[in-house]
Formats: sequence, C-alpha cells, structure tokens
Amino acid sequence: MTAPSLASALVHRRPAFTLGRWLEQPSVFSWLMVTPPVLFLAALVGYPFFYGIWLSLLDRPVASEGTFIGLGNYAQAWHDPVFWQVVINTFVYTAVATLLKMFGGLGLALVMNQDFRFKNLTRALLLLPFIVPTVLSTIAWQWILDPAFSIVNWTLIATGLIHPPGPSWLGNPHLAMGSLIVVNVWRGLPFYAITLLAGLQTISPELYEAATIDGASAWGRFRYVTLPLMKPVIFIVTMFSVIFTFADFQLIYVLTHGGPASATQVFATYAFDIAMGGGQLGQGAAIALTMVPPLALLILAMAIYLRPDKTT
Amino acid sequence: MTVGDRNPLARLLKLWLPLGLSLFFTLFPFYWMAVTSLKPNQELYSRKVMPLIVHHPTLKHYVDLLTETSFLEWTWNTFIVAAMSTAISLIFGAMLAYPLARIRFAGAALVSFAIAATYLVPQPLLFVPLADIINSLGLGDTLTSVILTYPTLLIPFCAWLLLGYFRTVPGELEDAARIDGASRLQTLVKIVLPLCGPGFISAGIFAFTLAQNEFLYALIFLTKTEVRTVPVGAISELVRGDVFYWGQLMAAALLGSIPVAIIYSFFVEHYVAGLTAGSVKG
Repeated sequence: MTAPSLASALVHRRPAFTLGRWLEQPSVFSWLMVTPPVLFLAALVGYPFFYGIWLSLLDRPVASEGTFIGLGNYAQAWHDPVFWQVVINTFVYTAVATLLKMFGGLGLALVMNQDFRFKNLTRALLLLPFIVPTVLSTIAWQWILDPAFSIVNWTLIATGLIHPPGPSWLGNPHLAMGSLIVVNVWRGLPFYAITLLAGLQTISPELYEAATIDGASAWGRFRYVTLPLMKPVIFIVTMFSVIFTFADFQLIYVLTHGGPASATQVFATYAFDIAMGGGQLGQGAAIALTMVPPLALLILAMAIYLRPDKTT
Repeated sequence: MTVGDRNPLARLLKLWLPLGLSLFFTLFPFYWMAVTSLKPNQELYSRKVMPLIVHHPTLKHYVDLLTETSFLEWTWNTFIVAAMSTAISLIFGAMLAYPLARIRFAGAALVSFAIAATYLVPQPLLFVPLADIINSLGLGDTLTSVILTYPTLLIPFCAWLLLGYFRTVPGELEDAARIDGASRLQTLVKIVLPLCGPGFISAGIFAFTLAQNEFLYALIFLTKTEVRTVPVGAISELVRGDVFYWGQLMAAALLGSIPVAIIYSFFVEHYVAGLTAGSVKG
C-alpha cells in the first residue's frame, strides 16, 4: 500500500461521527430493520412456546393459580389410554393422508403437464379446495356425509350398491377416520399437484429428448429423469404436508370433534378438549407439547429418505 | 413431457379421464353447497325427491342468513382482521427480508434460522399458552387479539417470498443510487420497493386468504357474536344446540368462500407464484 492511499484510508476510517453515517453502516442498518419484527415474533411465538413448557409443569385449572407438579401432567398422559389412542390416530391420519396426497398429487401433476385447452382455468378450479376457508368447505362435507341425508348414501342406494339406510360415515368409529382422510386429501391434494406441476415445468424438455434418444421408455424417463429432479420439491411439499396434517385441528373439530368415542381424536383436538373444554391449561399444554418429539422424528425420517442430495 | 399424443383413445385415458374425475371430486362439494342453499326445507329434508337438482329454488336461506344472523358483521370483522394482519405481515416481512437479501451483517444466519423455525411451528403447539397470555392482557373477545397473533403465522411466509423478489433486483441499480448519495433507506423505498410490486401482491394475496381462513385462534379468542369472524360465527352460531340449519349453513359457506374466490381469480398467477415460490426456487 502506497503512502497517499494509506493516508486517505486513515482519513476515511475515522470520519466525523454523524447519526446519518452511523445508520448507513451495514450492521446498524440491518439490525434496525430486523429488530422490530424479530421482537414481535419473539413476544408472540418464542415467549408463548417457553411459557407453554412452564405451563405444562403446572397443575393449572383455568382462572386460578397454578401449582408446580413437575412432570405430573406428562405422567398422567402416559397412563391415559385415550392419549395412546390419540398417538395412533394421529400417525394413521398423517401417514395415510400424506401418502394419498403425494401419489395423487404427483399423478395429477403429470396429467396436468400435458398440453390441453383451458389448462389455466382447470388449474384455477383445481386449487379451489385449498383456497376457500377450510371450516366452510368442511361444513359442506359434513352435510355430504350426514347420517340421514348423505348424498353419498343416496347415490349408492339409488344405484343399488348398498341397502338403505347405508353407513354412518362420521358416526361409525371405523369409517370416521377414513372419511376424515378423504376430506383432508380433498383439501390438500391441489397444493401438492400445483406445486409439483410447477416443479415439473422447470425440467428441461431436452433431458427427455436425450433420454428418449438413449432408448428410455416412458417409465424410464419418469424413473431416471423426472423423479430425481423432482426430489427436492417433493421433499419440501411433503414436509409441509406432514407438519400441518400432524397438527390438523379444524377439519377434525368440525367433522367429528374427535369422536365417536375418541376414534378420531388427534393431538390438537385432544389438547383443545382438555385445555378449553376441561379448563386444565397445564394438562392441555403438556399434551400439545408431546407433539414435538414424534413430529421431529417424522421430519428426521423424511429428511433421511427424501433428502435432495440422495438423488441416485 | 408435452409430446402430444395424437391417438384419441390414449389421450382420453391419459388426460381427459383422470382430469375429469379430479375435477368432479374437487368441484362436487361446491355444487352441493350451491344446490343445498337454494332448496326449501321441505325439499331438503325429504327422502322422496331426487336430491341432485333443485326442484323449487328459493333464496329464503340467504335472506334469513343476512337478516336474522350477524353474518354481515362477521364478514366485516373478517375483512378488517385479514386486512390489518396482512398489512402488518407485509411490513414486518419486508423489514426482515431486505437486509437478509442484500446486506451481509453479523447475525444474519441466526435471523433466517429464527424465521424458518417460526414457519414450522404449528398453531396447536401454541394455543394453550397464547390463550392464557391473551386473557391476562385483557385482549379476550377483541379483534386486536387476532390482529396481533395472525401475523405470527404470516410473517415468515411473507419474508421468505419477498426475500426471493428482493434478490431479483439488480445490485447495480442499488449501487448507482447509493453512489448518487441516496441513503440505504431511500434506496429501499425509492428503488427496490417499486420494482417488487408483484412480490408484495403475491405475498399479500396469500397472507390475506390465510388470515381469512384461520380458525383455531379465532375460535379460542373470539367468543362473542359481535367480534366473531365468518368461520367461527358459522360453526358456533348457525348450529343451535344440536340442530343444523343446513340451508343457511351452506349459504354461509358459499358466501364466505366467494370473496376469497374472487380475489383469487383475479390474482391466480400471483397466487400460484406465491404457493410454489418456496418449494421450487428454494
């Protein structure tokens, strides 16, 4: 470094302090920008999360002082047969619904990735279940599956497939879970299909041409071109779907309230019943928190089996 | 795989049949909502008539819904809540996204990790402690309770989406503005934001529809008729005791879905861009 430039560098290193200049520094400016939203999120997500952990260690009926009982709430859940039913229900609901959405969504995306008229209109219509308020469309499903006036039963009876009065889709413990899964798939499949379609459209047609020239069949092109390239998209969509299916509340709350006889009770609805219905905030918080380890395991398992770099 | 199949039978099996079945499965519940909402009660609860079409259409359920229930009030509440929480989320989202997209600063990795973690926290994990906090702040049964909590669900998404848009603005434009003496804030407001309009529309539409659809927090925080939003109002007040007023419920479901559907139909490309941004570009 020559003398003049060193001198000028020294001059520039210590300019007169002004507020304007201080604000222009990268770190100062950045932190001034991010601090308000970070504090907002810390107050309304971070703090409630840790407060929830604290609540789960209390015996805390609503509107009264809590008493510290350590892991008592967790021990109570451990010995609660309904809690184990909840664990199984949540896993069945998440696994079956996610698999159906994954395969159905991929299939629909492949169908949509052909050239046809009214493609944009079709895509817009297919997304409707995902954008209308879930509670409102779920009310419609409740009417479709109504025990007395179900249109499904009417159709099945009219075509002679079953005898009247037909099954109670939401009242029968075995059918209720299946019905919930169908409605969940109805709501979530468009998100899968449209996102995967967007992923498919980023794949260069030349890759398919090259594969065809090399003698690949349609299946071969799908297996060795489409699937490896789609893995990152499939991974992200599936992760979102697993998290939000695992923690689903509104669909189950509206259709069955967790019944009949806890046959469709999942973590979110059970925690709601205990905290809001039963007024046991501590126990409710504990049940909601027990969601975390299985959810973390699921995400970890998916990360291992679907991780983007494991493409070959 | 856009190689056109010229064989009509193959095209029927590979395109129109699966597409038709998907569209039927997707759209039937909406058809059923509309049909139910237009039927008089004696037709609705009769086993004698063919239920798939309306024999004697009537608007009675709509009139009852609008005059005998607080549906209009709920619609207004929903709109206010969605608009306010979307505005908060866009502002906070942009404040998080711009430095992360453009400036190297100490702690950036920590901030982006915090955003990602917030994104993945499902609501049922937080509702018990949040209910207690909202009550102790005296915010129960106020629209403020949901206007404050909805942005926690929307900010991470808005930040993530806007981050992508901020990165598309050429760095040279910002450098030029800075050389001409603009401060960082002026550069952001006068150069970057105007170029990111589509990003704000996508994020805004997405946030607005999510806020309109939210149910769990609204169910817990809003227990009085005058502060309820459409989803909570419909589920808790159109079902009286164990009696379901199906005609009114379907009218409410349809009317509650229409505003979302209209906004969505105008901005469907932006919406799809928002939906797929994270997973395809990321």
